Amino acid sequence: MKTFKFGGIHPNENKFTSALAIETMQMPKLLAVPLAQHIGKPAALIVKVGDEVKKGQCIGEADGFISAAVHAPTSGKIKKIAQHPHSCGKFVKTVFIETDGKEEWVKGLNTFKIDFKKLSSEERLEKIKNAGIVGMGGAGFPTHVKMAPPKDKRIDTLILNGAECEPYLTADHRLMLEKPCEILKGLSIIASFFPENLKVYIGIENNKPDAIKRMKEKALPLGFEVITLKSRYPQGGEKQLINAITQRTVGNGQLPFDVGCMVNNVATAFAIYEAVCKNKPLIERVLTVSGMALRSKKNIKAPIGTMFSDIVNFCGGIASGKMNLLISGGPMMGKAQYSFDVPVVKTTSGILFIDELKLAEKKERPCLRCGRCEEVCPINLKPILLANLAQTNVEQAQEYGLSQCMECGSCAFVCPSKRDLVHWIKYAKVMNANLDAIAKCKLQSA
Amino acid sequence: MENTKLIIAYPPYTKNTDSIEKVMYTVILALLPAMIAAVYFFGIRALMLMLVCGISAMGFEYIVNKIRKQEVACFDGSALVTGILLALNLPSNFPYWMAIIGSFVAIVVVKQLFGGLGFNVFNPALAARVFLLISFPVAMTIWPVPFVDMQTAASPLGVLKTEGLAAANSITLWQAFIGKVGGSLGETSSLALLLGSIVLFWKRYITWIIPVSFIGSTLAFVGIFHYLHPLEYASPLWHFACGGLLLGALFMATDMVTSPVSRRGQFVFGLGCGLLTGIIRLFGGYPEGVSFAILIMNGFVPLIDKWDANTNAKFWKVK
Repeated sequence: MKTFKFGGIHPNENKFTSALAIETMQMPKLLAVPLAQHIGKPAALIVKVGDEVKKGQCIGEADGFISAAVHAPTSGKIKKIAQHPHSCGKFVKTVFIETDGKEEWVKGLNTFKIDFKKLSSEERLEKIKNAGIVGMGGAGFPTHVKMAPPKDKRIDTLILNGAECEPYLTADHRLMLEKPCEILKGLSIIASFFPENLKVYIGIENNKPDAIKRMKEKALPLGFEVITLKSRYPQGGEKQLINAITQRTVGNGQLPFDVGCMVNNVATAFAIYEAVCKNKPLIERVLTVSGMALRSKKNIKAPIGTMFSDIVNFCGGIASGKMNLLISGGPMMGKAQYSFDVPVVKTTSGILFIDELKLAEKKERPCLRCGRCEEVCPINLKPILLANLAQTNVEQAQEYGLSQCMECGSCAFVCPSKRDLVHWIKYAKVMNANLDAIAKCKLQSA
Repeated sequence: MENTKLIIAYPPYTKNTDSIEKVMYTVILALLPAMIAAVYFFGIRALMLMLVCGISAMGFEYIVNKIRKQEVACFDGSALVTGILLALNLPSNFPYWMAIIGSFVAIVVVKQLFGGLGFNVFNPALAARVFLLISFPVAMTIWPVPFVDMQTAASPLGVLKTEGLAAANSITLWQAFIGKVGGSLGETSSLALLLGSIVLFWKRYITWIIPVSFIGSTLAFVGIFHYLHPLEYASPLWHFACGGLLLGALFMATDMVTSPVSRRGQFVFGLGCGLLTGIIRLFGGYPEGVSFAILIMNGFVPLIDKWDANTNAKFWKVK
C-alpha cells in the first residue's frame, strides 16, 4: 500500500460520523458572508445595504489576479455590511443577508445538466471563475488560477484528493459515497484543461473501504485509477499526496506543477461539476459537525455564511453546556474560535466541539531531546530547533527551513513534553514577516 | 451555549498520550530484568543499594526543586532512573554513604546545576560513577562474587588487564553472558539487559542506531587487534559479554537528553563512543572504558547537533 516517504503519524481517527448520510440544513434567518474566503485579495463589494439579492447573485467580484468571487447563498435583503469575526481569527468585511425563505434563483443559474464537452475550455474556465470556486480542502486557493498554470509547466498527472487524513472529519468521505458520479464528472472537467495523455489518480486512505469500492466502480470506465493509501497523517497534504502516489518530491520552494502534478480536493471537484454543468455558484458546502460535547454528530450541507450558533442548534445543542473548545476545521490543523458568531466559509471542512479542559490547561515541559518531532516531520525539518530559535533568534530560523513548515502539527502531537512547537513556528513566521515589512519601510524611506 | 466559556488554545487539539513520566517509567520497566538479575546474583544487598540510590536521587531532586522554587518534579521518574542506573553501576557491597554522595553528584552537580532535566550535558549517572571511581577507587573496584558471601574478585575486564588473557579465558562466555561473574549490579548479565531493551525498541524510545554503531565499532576495533595478535588480545565476543558495554550502549549512551537528536548525529555519536571504548579497554590504564567514552562523546553532542542542523540548512537554502 502506498504512502509518503518521510515522517507522519497516526492519531486516533474518531470518525464517528462516517456512517451518517449528509443532511441538508434549513436556511437560517441571518447569513454572514465574508468577502475574504480564499487566499489572495478579498472580493470587491458590489452591493449595498438595503439591496434585494437573489440566490446565487454575485455580491463580491474577484479583485485582482488571485481572488475569487462571492455569491449570495439565498435570496433576501442585505441588512448590514460590517467587520465580523472570521474563522481565520481576524475580523473580515462581511455581508449580512436577511433571508426571505423564497430561495429565488437568479435567472440562468441552477439549470439542467449541460454536457461540458460542448463548451470550449475558455468557457469552462470562465464558469469556474464566475462561480467563485476555491480549493475546499482548507487552503482556499482560487481554482481558476490553478487551472491555468504558466505555459512552460506541463501537467502530466492529476490527483483527486480523497485522503481526508484529519481525525473526526468525514465530509469528503460521505461526498464520495453519495455523489461519486458528480465528483468524477468534476474531475473529468479538470482533466479537460490538460493534454490527452494525462494520468488521473484518485487517492483514498484505506480507512474508507466503502468509498474506495464505490469510486473504483465508477472510475473504471473513465480510465481513472483509484489508489488505496495507507492511513497516515498528513497524507492529504498536497506534497505528501504527490509523493505517496507518484513518488515525486516537490522540493524546496517548488509548487506541484513544477513536478507536473496537480491536486484537487473531492469537494472542489464536486463544486466544479455544479458550476460547469449546472451553473451553480459555490454557495453551500458539506461539512462534518462532530466532537464529544455535541448532542448529535452530523454530516451537513450548509449554506456559506451559516453561523456556528445555528449549526449547534441544528445539531441539538451542547450536552450539559460543558464545551470548552470550538474548532473550525480538523483537530490537527483547525483553529480554535472565540465566538459562536463565526460563519461557515468555503474552506470550512468541519466544526468540532471538544470538552477536554486538559488541552487548554496543558503546560510546556522541558524538552527531553528525544527527537520524535524530527522523526515525524513530513518535510524533514527540525521542529524543536525552529521552536527554540523562535524564542531566541527569530531571523535565524529562516536558515533552517522555517518557511517550508506547513504547520501540520505532527511534531506537537508526538511531543512527550507537550511543547507548543507549531505555535512557536507560526509565531516565528509572523515575526519574520513583520521584520521584513519593517525593513521594506526603512528601505523606502531612506 | 450562552453560558459556555470558549477557550483559545493552539493546534493541534489532539495529542498522543506520551509524557515524560511515561518515557521514564518505561525505561525503569526496561531495567527491571537487569534489576531482578542483580538481586538474584548478589542478594538483598543489591536491592538495598538500588533503593538507597533511587530514593536519595529523588530526595536531592526534591531539595533542588524547592531551592530553585520550581514545580516539584521528583516523581516524574527521571531522578529515579538516574538513581537506579547509578546503582547498577556500583558493586553490591558498596557503602551506602558513598552511594548517597554519588546520587548528590548525579542530581545536584551534573543535572540541576546545568539547568535540570533536558539541559544537562553529561549523563548524570555516568558522571557520578566516574566521580566515585576516582574518589573511592578501592571500593569501586572490588566486586563481590555472585552467590558467594563475603568473597570478592576482580571483574573479568580487571582480570584481563592485570593478569592477562590466559587468566581471563578461565571465565566462559556463557557465564559472562548470563551474568555469573564479578562486576557491578547491572553490567554482569548481558542477557537481562538485552531482554529489557526490547521494551525500549518496541516503544521506539530508543533507535537501533546508537547501540548498533556503538557496539559494532567497539567490536570491530578490538576484533582487528584480536585477529592480528590472538594470543595477546581477547576476542570481540568476550568484550561483548563482559563489562559495561551492553549497559552503556543500550541504556546510557541512548539517554535522550545527552545524545544527539538526529539519526545522522546518533550514528557519529555511537561510532565515537565505540572507538574510545576500544582504545581505553585495550591501551588505557583502566580496565573499563565505556563510561569515559560516553562522557567524552556527551561533550561533543552540541557540536554534532550543530553540524547536523547546518547540513540540513544547506538543503533548505533557496537556490
